[in-house]
Amino acid sequence: MQAQTSPVLSLRGIVKTFPGVRALDGVQMDLYPGQVTALVGENGAGKSTIVKILTGIYQPDEGLIEVDGTETRFPTAQAAGQAGVTAIHQETVLFDELSVAENIFIGHAPRNRFGLIDRRAMRSRAREILRGIGAELNPGVKLRDLGIASKHLVAIARALSIDARVVIMDEPTAALSHKEIAELYELVEKLKAQGKAILFISHKFDEIFRIADRWTVFRDGQFVGEGLMAETNEADLVRMMVGRSVDQIYPKRPARIGKPALTVAGYCHPTEFDEISFTLHEGEILGFYGLVGAGRSEVMQSLFGITQPSKGACRVGGDVRVIRSTSQAVDAGIVYVPEDRGRQGTVKGLPIFQNVTLPSLDRTSRAGFLRMAEEFALAREYTRRLDLRAASLDQDVGLLSGGNQQKVVIAKWLATKPRIIILDEPTKGIDIGSKAAVHDFMSELAAEGLAVIMVSSEIPEVLGMSDRVIVMREGRIAAEFEDGAMTPENLVRAAVGIAGSENGAAA
Amino acid sequence: MTTIQTGRRIPDRLTSPLSRALKSWEALLLVVAVAIFVLNSVASPYFLDPWNLSDATFNFTEKAMIAFAMAMLIIAGDIDLSVGAIIALASTVMGVAMTLGAPTPVLVLLGLGTGLTCGAFNGLLVARLGLPAIVVTIGTMSLFRGISYIVLGDGAFTGYPSGFAWFGQGYVFWVITVEMVIFILAALGFGILLHRTNFGRMTYAIGNNATAARFSGIRVGRVRFILFLLTGLMSGVAAICLTSRLGSTRPSIAFGFELEVVTIVVLGGVAILGGSGSITGVVLAALVMGLVTFGLGLLNVPGIVMSIVVGALLIAVIALPRLWAMLRRG
Amino acid sequence: MSLLKSREAILALAILGLLALIASRFPGFVAPANLAAVFTDSSPLILLALGQMVVILTKCIDLSVAANLALCGMVAALMNGAGIPLPLILIGVIALGAALGAFNGMLVWTLGIPSIVVTLGTMTIYRGVIFLLTGGAWINAHQMSPAFKAFPRTVIAGLPVMAWIAVVIIAAVALLMMRTPLGRAFYAVGGNPHAAVYTGISVGRTQFAAFVMAGALAGLTGYLWVARYAVAYVDIAGGFELDVVAACVIGGIAIAGGAGTVAGCVMGALFLGIIKNALPVVGISPFWQMAISGAAILIAIAFNAQSQRAPGRIILKRAEHRT
Repeated sequence: MQAQTSPVLSLRGIVKTFPGVRALDGVQMDLYPGQVTALVGENGAGKSTIVKILTGIYQPDEGLIEVDGTETRFPTAQAAGQAGVTAIHQETVLFDELSVAENIFIGHAPRNRFGLIDRRAMRSRAREILRGIGAELNPGVKLRDLGIASKHLVAIARALSIDARVVIMDEPTAALSHKEIAELYELVEKLKAQGKAILFISHKFDEIFRIADRWTVFRDGQFVGEGLMAETNEADLVRMMVGRSVDQIYPKRPARIGKPALTVAGYCHPTEFDEISFTLHEGEILGFYGLVGAGRSEVMQSLFGITQPSKGACRVGGDVRVIRSTSQAVDAGIVYVPEDRGRQGTVKGLPIFQNVTLPSLDRTSRAGFLRMAEEFALAREYTRRLDLRAASLDQDVGLLSGGNQQKVVIAKWLATKPRIIILDEPTKGIDIGSKAAVHDFMSELAAEGLAVIMVSSEIPEVLGMSDRVIVMREGRIAAEFEDGAMTPENLVRAAVGIAGSENGAAA
Repeated sequence: MTTIQTGRRIPDRLTSPLSRALKSWEALLLVVAVAIFVLNSVASPYFLDPWNLSDATFNFTEKAMIAFAMAMLIIAGDIDLSVGAIIALASTVMGVAMTLGAPTPVLVLLGLGTGLTCGAFNGLLVARLGLPAIVVTIGTMSLFRGISYIVLGDGAFTGYPSGFAWFGQGYVFWVITVEMVIFILAALGFGILLHRTNFGRMTYAIGNNATAARFSGIRVGRVRFILFLLTGLMSGVAAICLTSRLGSTRPSIAFGFELEVVTIVVLGGVAILGGSGSITGVVLAALVMGLVTFGLGLLNVPGIVMSIVVGALLIAVIALPRLWAMLRRG
Repeated sequence: MSLLKSREAILALAILGLLALIASRFPGFVAPANLAAVFTDSSPLILLALGQMVVILTKCIDLSVAANLALCGMVAALMNGAGIPLPLILIGVIALGAALGAFNGMLVWTLGIPSIVVTLGTMTIYRGVIFLLTGGAWINAHQMSPAFKAFPRTVIAGLPVMAWIAVVIIAAVALLMMRTPLGRAFYAVGGNPHAAVYTGISVGRTQFAAFVMAGALAGLTGYLWVARYAVAYVDIAGGFELDVVAACVIGGIAIAGGAGTVAGCVMGALFLGIIKNALPVVGISPFWQMAISGAAILIAIAFNAQSQRAPGRIILKRAEHRT
């Protein structure tokens, strides 16, 4: 089934450098009409840079962009749009204060003969496009009044509002539920049938194997290879992505489960979660599985004192109490490695060692006065344990890769000598090498007797690392599984709420 | 497994603190300050007179006292535009007390207390209620000075006790004024607080990423509140000095102070959006401002023209490095 | 309905309540002629607040508008003294105001300097330039031509030209905001600058446009101010930038950018205008005005924050039904 057609869009020898970084080094790519090309690569491989070049946000330093075999340039986002290239972005790039129709047409709104925006035409065309993707939204309402799933539909409608020939989907399923993902797949099929070329960027292999026709792999800004999905397998793709084979991603070691470290009783919140009760033991890794938006992070953040429960209490270290602030949580030995590393994890602008010592200042200082030598000693000890890769401890933490930033966040918390560590999607968006290191370390912590909670949306990770799994759905605990009951089917059934999922040991 | 033992040794620092200091903004400011000093002493024979120089320090000491606290506040990502208005209100409160016959120590306590109260009010609105600092302090700027206008109208308080004059007009030793000593003590105090204590470290952390700071167990609201309190307190100190030096209170006292204070802070290399800066930079910036103002004064340049220079300086110090970086990138 | 609508409704109610309160003791205040006078008196504030609104929408702030007004007013008076005809003066001050705004905008756009720093600087520079132009001298009524002074006061269909200009500008800005790509770009840039780039909108250029617009309005107001009060000197409209920001804040323009309406902005300015005009009528010293407007700003910020607070994530089905 070699494609007889010629590519709609081709990239040849694209080079893009930023101060100190060669983001793209002579990469190539071809996108064919009516086919989905999956772009695969680790974080930092250059995927988002290529998207920005294709959408006219960045200009390549060298190389050619060809549309239908003719060389062209995309000096602005509008130029890319006029050439028929459109993108549905990872983050919702929409505007809360504008209406649905305005969001769809911003930048290319229909005008009347006075040059003013023709609102009636805009609304009716918006309605048409929304109907085409099966979304019955009122084009006049403000975006802020819509839910996350509807916003995503608006983003898709926006991409389709220009007569696109090339549709780029950058991690389109990252924030979607299973049902919404299924709808997205249908939409992709529809677009394929219309002859559009689709560039699909995703970390999830099951997804890629399900909908892509072709693959292209980048590694460290370089082109590694391309081919047809039908002629490859997961192991080959992973090997090309990381440049080596990774067999030990889930090095779970047996640990001795000790006495209860944390008992949560009846935690409730007005809008986020309800009746959350569970017990966590020393030496245990307790997995929390669920769909994105099931309320897992919200529960963890209330255990860490970011939000307060409206009802309930927890028993930690012998006291029954409610954690009212993050400093109380740290004092009680509870620490939290957040999912949103950039915003909640590292303090960019501060050097590595200061990030590590931030919650431990009381120990490294004397009478409130800093002692640098103590700080460096502490930072050295824990960054070394985590095998951090950095030029110096004095380096700005923002200059590190995602995986190494995650190591700094974990080092920061281990330095406080916690009893309970909560890891929220600890390996999301980090490269496979660091992923194995984080898993390995988690295992070691449990073996040392720490109580670990791991929130994860990746089933292999949950099953590979956890001693026990709690599944949440719509803000409630749906089920709890141990040992033999921990199967992918059971987890998914409980997470999506399919009847019969309650056969696991209910909470 | 193996990864734990094979952790690599990472050096603490790659560049020495000294080589960093030499390439810093502060080093540049020092060069500028020395250059202006030399230029002034060549341009005017009156410049090098110790008494003239001592007089000239009044150009910046009161503003610089506030600038230290403001620098910390800006490093933490906030700003207080109400400092001039706090001075007006504190001065008015002292004036009312003075007409009721309060002695100097009571006046001083009232000045400091008013400053603290105003700072606490700002801190409450910004740090506790989470309102944006710029507009809150634009509001309190009107409110605080507005109260002074209600009390005073177009009148004035005069006739402060003679003991009170010591703060703004007194000398500790030879040409060393009381204000200069307060300025030096404040510089040392804030320098230590910002650069040598946990509190200072938390200030930087909050300025760079307040959310991550909170997620690291730092009581962000408390730190920000204390910073507003300190800014209010230093405005109170400045109110005592300024009222004492002028010997009178009008509601328009210290009008536009906030602009000059922010200018000193920014000129001192503090990032206006928070996260970086040093007290050394602020001290040097205060000296540069003082020297420029004094030098222009000796050349009989009118005050309003000096304010053009101040405004241009404010923009230039931020624009030039950016322009330079832009040109180098091509 | 949406929070935004209710916010403006509440402001409208507050204004009506205020008027009712004043009218209960001084019915003359709400006579049509007096209300027209209040509107006319508030016109400069309305014009500058509209400009400021656009700037704030794009996540910036312009503290130099009052200095810009004063400089343009002085230049208008000087041009008048040089015998230049009024239409040319009008074009001249609008162009000058736009140029001064463009200077702010360039620094924000090309060098990425925070607008508060830029405009803190230019506010002193622009005022200083007036001094350089005049050596600190005043230009008084007798040095101005009758036509120059009369234009804003000329009454057409019951309202002075000054008020008509405000009406026309309000309508024009409303049209611009609602019906042109630039108007929507102001909201987009402030609401989600990151996303704006992806839709082909240049954040910097849009901010630049906002500063030019604010500057042009300040320039026009400069002439109106000087002609109406028949005097020009360095310190006219001193501190007026705070009233302008206050009008926007009271009008519900979100200081973080991206949200706010022309109607809210105009009502915010009118609210302050009514207070200013009512104080002498009800016998309160005008010295109260500053404190009252300060308090009004604080109440408005607290209120805006309340209504703009992002609703927490709603996960529980039960909660979804309840809200």
